Amino acid sequence: MKEFKILAVLVALVGITYYGIEPYAHSVMHPAVAPADFTFQDVKNVDTSLAGNVENGKVLVEANCIACHAIENAGHPAMMPNADAAASYGVVPPDLSQAGRIYDKNYLANFIFDPVTAMHVQHKYNPESGKAFPMPSYNWMSPQDIMDVVSYLQSIAPKVADNVEGHKSTFEAACGRCHSMKYAGIEASTPANMIKEHMGATPPDLSQYIKSRGEHYLHSFINDPQILLKGTSMPRVGLTEKAQEEVFAYMEEVGDSKKAERESLGVWVILYSIIFAILAYLWKRKIWSEVH
Amino acid sequence: MAEFKKADSMLEWFDQRLGVVNFAKVMMTEYWIPKNINFLWAMGVLLTVLFTFLVVSGIFLLMYYKPDANMAFDSVNYTIMQEVAYGWLFRHIHAVGASVVFLIIYIHMFTGIYYGSYKKGREMIWISGMILFMLFSAEGFSGYMLPWGQMSYWAAYVITEIFGGIPVIGDELVVWIRGNFYVADSTLTRFFMLHVLLIPLAIIGGIVFHFYALRFPHVNNEQGEFFDFDEEAEKYKAGDKKHSKVIPFWPVFLSKDVFVLGVFLIFFFYLVFFHYSFAMDPINFDKADGLKTPAHIYPEWYFLWSYEVLRGWFFEIAGISGKDLGLMAFGFANAIFLVMPWLDRSPVVKPANQRPYFKYWFWLMIADLMVLTEFGKLPPTGPNAWVGFGASLTFLVLFIALPFITKAEAGKVKGKK
Repeated sequence: MKEFKILAVLVALVGITYYGIEPYAHSVMHPAVAPADFTFQDVKNVDTSLAGNVENGKVLVEANCIACHAIENAGHPAMMPNADAAASYGVVPPDLSQAGRIYDKNYLANFIFDPVTAMHVQHKYNPESGKAFPMPSYNWMSPQDIMDVVSYLQSIAPKVADNVEGHKSTFEAACGRCHSMKYAGIEASTPANMIKEHMGATPPDLSQYIKSRGEHYLHSFINDPQILLKGTSMPRVGLTEKAQEEVFAYMEEVGDSKKAERESLGVWVILYSIIFAILAYLWKRKIWSEVH
Repeated sequence: MAEFKKADSMLEWFDQRLGVVNFAKVMMTEYWIPKNINFLWAMGVLLTVLFTFLVVSGIFLLMYYKPDANMAFDSVNYTIMQEVAYGWLFRHIHAVGASVVFLIIYIHMFTGIYYGSYKKGREMIWISGMILFMLFSAEGFSGYMLPWGQMSYWAAYVITEIFGGIPVIGDELVVWIRGNFYVADSTLTRFFMLHVLLIPLAIIGGIVFHFYALRFPHVNNEQGEFFDFDEEAEKYKAGDKKHSKVIPFWPVFLSKDVFVLGVFLIFFFYLVFFHYSFAMDPINFDKADGLKTPAHIYPEWYFLWSYEVLRGWFFEIAGISGKDLGLMAFGFANAIFLVMPWLDRSPVVKPANQRPYFKYWFWLMIADLMVLTEFGKLPPTGPNAWVGFGASLTFLVLFIALPFITKAEAGKVKGKK
């Protein structure tokens, strides 16, 4: 009984100390921020309830987008190699094959209308800074036309399998123009020196970000980087919740590839320890019965 | 040379040459331990097991680790964690083991203080233990740097910077320790050598000495009771096991230790497999960048109390800068436990709860260390800075007051008798 009391005191002291240096310190150093919002209701220039016309969208996309953007999926290859495209625009313009799938509809429509506002990078691209975002605003287009474009992009977006390959394609479409992932052999499609010039700093390699930042942080960060890192050049990406989950899944597959092995082995090792402790207790009882 | 007869068994063959029967008696079956002990006395065996875990997992890590500033980070986070079969397991055992070993060391150390196990006759046990603690600290610190992560780098930067506060030679000393003007590849390689060779060797020597130091004064017990070990051992050997106050190390003492170890391993492996993140700062998964300081720099949890004593002094007192005061307090904090046997001037060996004044001192000291540890991690701003200063000052006052408190206590106890 007395030993249980000692153990209880020990556990209490360790528990209080642990609480202070882990959960509590964490809450002080990383104050809670507004939860991620996948509705993107803060930008409402386009009435996204309008039904889009895919046929008209196709015409508009071919007239307005493919001069800069590749759409491999619809038979529009890139106009020039990545290095040349980056030299022309500062960053490689994204291939739009997956845009209709990975970006939220509200976000995408408002992005076409006014990219800088939708991405929350007004602090960087504004009249005072004299910097212009590579993609112009299409605010002269009617909301109906914009929704036609969105509908078209949605109609051509490929279905992606829920496996490593699928997760990889989502990651590359969402992050791969700027970020590398060394541990997966992925190099940012925009050449390193050019992306540095464009963003002001080299976007970090994401190999270990699932560990260094963790899913919880990234969840808010990707959704709105300015909340956690004010002034960063990283734009709000505008992913749907599902696309974001696919990105996390891929980051985990690359950055923490042994997770499944760890968790399944862990159960067995702990079970072994429990059996070991029980046998040890029985042995101890037998031995000590002679001395007490 | 003695005459060697043909041996009838393997044991006899070895016994003739190495005296293994006597050796086993001295080390195990006739190494006497008091019977009235509780599970806190099992910490020594836990530490031995943990140290073994660290050595073995460390050897496996050593096979793939590259002590080079350009390769270290990836060799740990990619090669060991992802390419090598079960490399992640060795890394987690090593990292969690390194953290948990300090938890057990602290329990071991405060058990010693609580039961007065450092007192007259047992000074060498205490001192060798404290030297081991210092060696483990150096080992932990040098190892923390090896993955070459952001926090490793900046922790190494801050800790080596401390030596700059030493008068006259400070600046040169810092350069000498780092092997460069800043923390660089040269620092990594020398810390690597210290971590895998020099300090482990010293630790092994320290452990052997710590065990040896137990031989003559014997292990203390729950009541601080004094008795004749030889007499009690005779009783035991004569078969009066129930009345003897001692038990042999093997199998009686160890059977209890093995049970405690079993329970401990459940906790340990839970941490290794499911909660290893507590021992791995997320910032350390960013590669070291000498040009970008992390928002907060703090050491691992087991150094937080002395780190807080160091930075608790944030203003000038009597013309001495806060930085210098902190450095002095830090030196004091790290050396003062070593002289515990002489600070406690009461000759009575008893657990703290049976000592009229010391019991308050003991729990105050524990509470103060907990406050220091918790505030050591928080940013030192606003009220936090003042709490840190208060707790640092309390730490000093507690140890300065200890001789007076225990002297008064000795007088009181004597008066009663």
